[in-house]
Amino acid sequence: MSEPASLSATAAGADAVAPALSGPRGPRPRKRLSRANIIVYGTLIVVSLYYLLPLYVMVVTSLKGMPEIRLGNIFAPPMEITFEPWVKAWSEACTGLNCDGLSRGFWNSVRITVPSVVLSIAIASVNGYALANWRFKGADVFFTILIFGAFIPYQVMLYPIVILLREMGLYGTLGGLVIVHSIFGMPILTLLFRNYFTSLPEELFKAARVDGAGFWGIYFRIMLPMSLPIFVVAMILQVTGIWNDFLFGVVYTKPDIYPMTVQLNNIVNSVQGVKEYNVNMAATLLTGLVPLVIYFVSGKLFVRGIAAGAVKG
Amino acid sequence: MHITDPSISIRNLKLSFGAVEVLKDLDLDVAQGEFVVLLGSSGCGKSTLLNCIAGLLDVSDGQIFIGGRNVTWEEPSRRGIGMVFQSYALYPQMTVEANLSFGLKNAGLPRDEIARKVAEAARILQIEPLLKRKPAALSGGQRQRVAIGRALVRDVDVFLFDEPLSNLDAKLRAGLRVEIKQLHQTLSNTMIYVTHDQVEAMTLADRIAIMKGGQVLQFDTPHEIYARPSCLYVAEFIGSPSMNFIDGAVAEGIFAAPVGDIALEGYDFAGPPGTGPARLGIRPEHIASGPEAEAMPVRLETVVELVEPLGSDTLVRVGVQGQSLWVRMDGQAVVQPGQALQVGFAPARAHLFDKATEARL
Ligand SMILES: Nc1ncnc2c1ncn2[C@@H]1O[C@H](COP(=O)(O)OP(=O)(O)OP(=O)(O)O)[C@@H](O)[C@H]1O
Ligand SMILES: [Mg+2]
Repeated sequence: MSEPASLSATAAGADAVAPALSGPRGPRPRKRLSRANIIVYGTLIVVSLYYLLPLYVMVVTSLKGMPEIRLGNIFAPPMEITFEPWVKAWSEACTGLNCDGLSRGFWNSVRITVPSVVLSIAIASVNGYALANWRFKGADVFFTILIFGAFIPYQVMLYPIVILLREMGLYGTLGGLVIVHSIFGMPILTLLFRNYFTSLPEELFKAARVDGAGFWGIYFRIMLPMSLPIFVVAMILQVTGIWNDFLFGVVYTKPDIYPMTVQLNNIVNSVQGVKEYNVNMAATLLTGLVPLVIYFVSGKLFVRGIAAGAVKG
Repeated sequence: MHITDPSISIRNLKLSFGAVEVLKDLDLDVAQGEFVVLLGSSGCGKSTLLNCIAGLLDVSDGQIFIGGRNVTWEEPSRRGIGMVFQSYALYPQMTVEANLSFGLKNAGLPRDEIARKVAEAARILQIEPLLKRKPAALSGGQRQRVAIGRALVRDVDVFLFDEPLSNLDAKLRAGLRVEIKQLHQTLSNTMIYVTHDQVEAMTLADRIAIMKGGQVLQFDTPHEIYARPSCLYVAEFIGSPSMNFIDGAVAEGIFAAPVGDIALEGYDFAGPPGTGPARLGIRPEHIASGPEAEAMPVRLETVVELVEPLGSDTLVRVGVQGQSLWVRMDGQAVVQPGQALQVGFAPARAHLFDKATEARL
């Protein structure tokens, strides 16, 4: 007896739903060629062309022989690819006195960059940690001075530091340059680390203190493992900054230990003989390769680091 | 209540952040094995007090004793306390097991003893299957259990909880609340528990300390706090819905108010019955209505203004002479706004407060 009644009820229900079914449903359709899209993509394309075109010219030129370059078609791809300029730039190009190419400068730069990066990040991270978590007496004053330091133009300090290094017997040595780089990296890196450590949950730090961990225990066992992303950021900043540095390198070192950038300048600006554009381009690309590689490698690491660090305390 | 052998004793504690005085001359004595709840509105200094006891904040003045030892200058790890935080504060890159053993490793305990204690704590809290997981792979309730475990393994005399359940949903909260009570009965160590939640406070506490503006207003058993609030603030704060208040004046055992004179027969005065402006408080659950009101010494003819059915019972707002009163009625009661309703209460169940000093009369 109840069956027909319930059947008719469902039929009535379906009728009521019918108009609803014909309406919009699912994801909202998006116009591919909307005005916003055209503006966004247009700008992106123009900007990337602006940056990529010079790079293209450099790569193409560095792969051409000199006769081909003299034809003057700088945008034309090489008719005959040659790696001769790259080899020459690396191991034969002349810079002032010696003719062993950029290789010497490369290794100098490595010997400058690696210790500077390690030293500055090590010190700055501890600084930032102490400032963020252990509010010691005078912490605010210390922090203010540090931030102030970030705004002093380098040129002002150039000569005083020459005297300072000379007095310490470090002028013209790799060690001296490493110290200079570490000190100049300090304000911005400390700020970076302090802000990162402040953003970590404070209760984590408190819990570790109740658990009996001390200053270094908390730093190494709790803070460091949670901070991979910020260390990668600091490393990118420092490696590119120090690798690309020219001023300190030329002021505080001697020709024997000139970093790669200074050597590149000497190669490109050497006045003897013909201008070998292909060698110059290759040398420039070689010099820029390290920061580029760092970006590509650690860019991935960076994203992974953020994902791994995204754990709610 | 005088305690001869207090587990925690706080003397004249003061704490300021710069010019802001957060704790003002605070005294507190907690007995051995007592469960004390710190209750108060946001910003009254509950967490600050707990952090002072834990040694995570340096006090500006005063002393703290734990187990008879002056620990005012002692490191947190050496005070014999364990702490559980609202946000769990589990070390995210360590497994549950490593989280539990971190404190023991720092204390330099031998490996087999650490393993034994971790296993014991895991058994009590039923987190054995989770030991190899990272905190990210745990639910909120499981995380808080691990956080409790971290305090448990350290074999301490005093547990400090800072709103441990407030990040959990209502059902889980009720479950874990029971577990904490159970844990206290098993371990019988001293616990200090900070919460916003009155129900948590009433159900868990041996004694509740009601805090306001960095001071303890009343420190008493849940029953006393409910039945004999020492001041207006406590009376207002405890109970949900909160107490009704009627403004008036007392004179010679009579409370004179716009709703009429109320004879204070049976009211237990805290001191010699004074005279002057006062407020009379009566809880919604102590106001009877309908036929039951007939039997009450004080009766009022009112009109129903608002009805809020809650299922188990119904809250009704009634008006009399421009005065509104909330009345808790049975869930089955049938009332309509506009309807006339007789309500009544016994003065013995009422509370009188001085209007100026806000102290109980
Ligand atoms: N580091 C600080 N510097 C200055 N003032 C602070 C600091 N920490 C807390 N306070 C102030 O101290 C008061 C008490 O804070 P506390 O955290 O103890 O409150 P609470 O009772 O725990 O509140 P809630 O229930 O919201 O957690 C607040 O008014 C707060 O603004
Ligand atoms: Mg708090």
